[in-house]
Amino acid sequence: MRKFILKRLALSVLILFCVTFIIYLIMRCLPGSFVESRAIQLSTAPGAKPYEEWLAQLNAMYGLDKNIFAGYFSWVKDFFTGNFGESWKYTVPVVEKFNDTVWLSFIMGAISFFFEIIIAVPLGVIAATKQYSRTDYAISTFALIGISLPSFFFATLLKLFFSVKLGWFDLVGLVSRNYNQLTPFGQFMDKANHLVLPIVTLTIVSIGSLMRYVRTNMLEVLNADYIRTARAKGLSERKVIYHHAFRNTLIPLVTIIGGSLPGLFSGALITEQMFGIPGIGYASYYAMVIGDIPFSMFYLTFLAVLTLLGNLISDILYAVVDPRVRIA
Amino acid sequence: MSDKNEKTNAPAPEQKETYSLNDDRRVKVLSPGALVAKRFFRNTLSVVGLVMLIVMFVFSFVGGFISPYGEDEIFYTYTDMKKNYVSATENKVFRYQSADGQSFSSTLQAKFQLAYNQKKDSFEYQGVNYDVEELGKDFYAISANGTELAIAYQDIVNAPDDGDAVSYAVKRAALQAYTNGENSFSLDGRTYKIDKDSNVTLGGKDIAYISRFIVQAAEPGINITREFKERLEDAINNKDEEFRFTDESGEEAVYALEYKPDSMTWNILQDKSTYVKDTYGAPSKAHLLGTDGNGMDMLTRLMYGGRVSLVIGFIVVFIAAFLGVLFGGISGYFGGWVDNLIMRIVDVFYCIPSTPLIIILGAAMDAMQVEPRIRMLYLMLILGFLSWPGIARLIRGQILSLREQEFMTATEACGISIPRRIFHHLIPNVIPQLIVICTMDLGSTILTEATLSFLGLGVKFPFASWGNIINDVNNSFVMTNYWFIWIPAGICLLITVLGFNFIGDGLRDAFDPKMKR
Repeated sequence: MRKFILKRLALSVLILFCVTFIIYLIMRCLPGSFVESRAIQLSTAPGAKPYEEWLAQLNAMYGLDKNIFAGYFSWVKDFFTGNFGESWKYTVPVVEKFNDTVWLSFIMGAISFFFEIIIAVPLGVIAATKQYSRTDYAISTFALIGISLPSFFFATLLKLFFSVKLGWFDLVGLVSRNYNQLTPFGQFMDKANHLVLPIVTLTIVSIGSLMRYVRTNMLEVLNADYIRTARAKGLSERKVIYHHAFRNTLIPLVTIIGGSLPGLFSGALITEQMFGIPGIGYASYYAMVIGDIPFSMFYLTFLAVLTLLGNLISDILYAVVDPRVRIA
Repeated sequence: MSDKNEKTNAPAPEQKETYSLNDDRRVKVLSPGALVAKRFFRNTLSVVGLVMLIVMFVFSFVGGFISPYGEDEIFYTYTDMKKNYVSATENKVFRYQSADGQSFSSTLQAKFQLAYNQKKDSFEYQGVNYDVEELGKDFYAISANGTELAIAYQDIVNAPDDGDAVSYAVKRAALQAYTNGENSFSLDGRTYKIDKDSNVTLGGKDIAYISRFIVQAAEPGINITREFKERLEDAINNKDEEFRFTDESGEEAVYALEYKPDSMTWNILQDKSTYVKDTYGAPSKAHLLGTDGNGMDMLTRLMYGGRVSLVIGFIVVFIAAFLGVLFGGISGYFGGWVDNLIMRIVDVFYCIPSTPLIIILGAAMDAMQVEPRIRMLYLMLILGFLSWPGIARLIRGQILSLREQEFMTATEACGISIPRRIFHHLIPNVIPQLIVICTMDLGSTILTEATLSFLGLGVKFPFASWGNIINDVNNSFVMTNYWFIWIPAGICLLITVLGFNFIGDGLRDAFDPKMKR
């Protein structure tokens, strides 16, 4: 087991190197980058140096005068010494901006993940036990609609009905105008109020795949021989489903849930942007759009690490939860 | 074989009773394809999905030909717009006119103003004494050493629209009479009359009119007539908010008055129909879903948008499937270091965060100002290139298990060449899984493209795409007031993606009878 984990970790590091190099390559090769537009801006000021001089100075300042390989290695070196650089857009250290924003995204992600689980698991189980019934069709359709719903469209619909027509929530932002005059509890409630619609959006949009996953696995388990045995020995249907079938469905379920835990930190780019929630997705969207290399590199690397970590966790959990699985 | 059976069965069904119990013909034999089709059509959801997709395909691909409008045809309309027409000010400052052959410099004007403010009847400048004589209300004559130099007045004497300039003498006499409330005066033996509209007439002919208001055109080309001025003056005196006026060419318009206290002027706005782009026009008979922010027919845009979204979806999935089958097939069949290498590449691709990467690339294309058509091409290539690893992984897994089966040993024993083995015997066996994953991918690709276009980083104007149509909601006024701009596009998107997912789901169940569903 330990050998397996070590091997996977080594492989992950290798993959990470390749991924970061590809991203760095793309970011460096793109024209019209941050530095160029900055140089144009600076050189048009009255009495300024010509564009070429500014470009050279800025390139040297941002460490872009090295060739791509040298630049990449110095980035890696900085990365391992914990120096992630300063964000060009936010003009603060990348880690600081990251720390400011990631927790909000995590809270949003965690709450919506919680709702996803408590809604998707029971519905998936019900759909599987009543296969082909009207309930099953309704639940499957609901799940597929969730998958097919563009999040920006759904977010806009929610905004139209709940913010504009009913006036229950603000259109955008995390805090109200009178936030500073509120009591600490009032401030908490104010933020919570602003997070309702984004969390609803996130939950509905991502609930479908989990529900279908539960349903498929439950169906598989219900077709298994040991369920037939349980029925044959005269157990009540309730006991068959909740004691024998559901527990076995938990194996793949725990794996996939464990695997998606790191993803909670990745932020929701579209939803955060639609609702103006200053989370990591929102911050990185604007950094990426203007070509802020340090922040984008950090965010993309972070996402890649989360993906690798998720895969690793689900593999390990699979072996831990299911004793039948032997890892070679 | 099954076809043959059915043929012999059909003409003589009554013979059925005579078949023996174990006769093959008692059993209806179906090919695997027919079985799949049968299972597929038994599933309500997949049939619904099929209908949805057919509707959307007809809408997008046939609709463009039926629609009487072009993709980027702009519509214009007449709309009533309030435009600044003229502005009117009540004159509160003195105006001066020097007598014939005299001059009255601006210094003297200032001195006069000073004397007026201090209510003196004379002032001195450079040793010369000037006398001020009040001739009427706000009307003064200034003279030095008994010679009249100039008159200062606030009521303005205007020459008629087609008349000659008013001479000093006439002006002076007219103002004197007017400011003292008389309705006639005589000069050089002729009698002039001032009527209640402050017209100065000589023998029934208008020679001037007097008014306190200065009327200025808001923009060049506006010809202010005498009648209009009078009408305006009446309206101001009556404190009307608007009035109607028919100009000399017979056009009647409504004019609204707007008093600006800070500059003490009246702005007169003309309500006039103007020819403009028909932006955000409400649904009507001509435009069933109204018009968008550029004055283009919404329904037609939706049709062309669907075409773009679907074509992009198909091309992207085709690229992904091609690469996926190629690499997955090679990897699965050969195994060993080839497999290892390709799978590590797949791992790397899996790990690249695709949405942020596409956003970065989209922003870079914005900076490079790539032409919209080329941009669409790049978008397809990028999306296709980022989504092949999933397909490659699936194909490899299938082929790994298939190549160990007996029929593959048989092909080897028969001496069939390797390419033939792969493409004739292995690949056909993975087609079901491939179709299912491609159908699902079509839905998700269309979603990705729509999201990008929504962010303004995908398909660009003048091309329509369902995503960039919804982009208008970034303006919250549009979101709140013009539902017909974005809700239909969102529904089209939802129906299409849902259709692909329903069909993909139905196909998966139909291909995999073990799962029953």
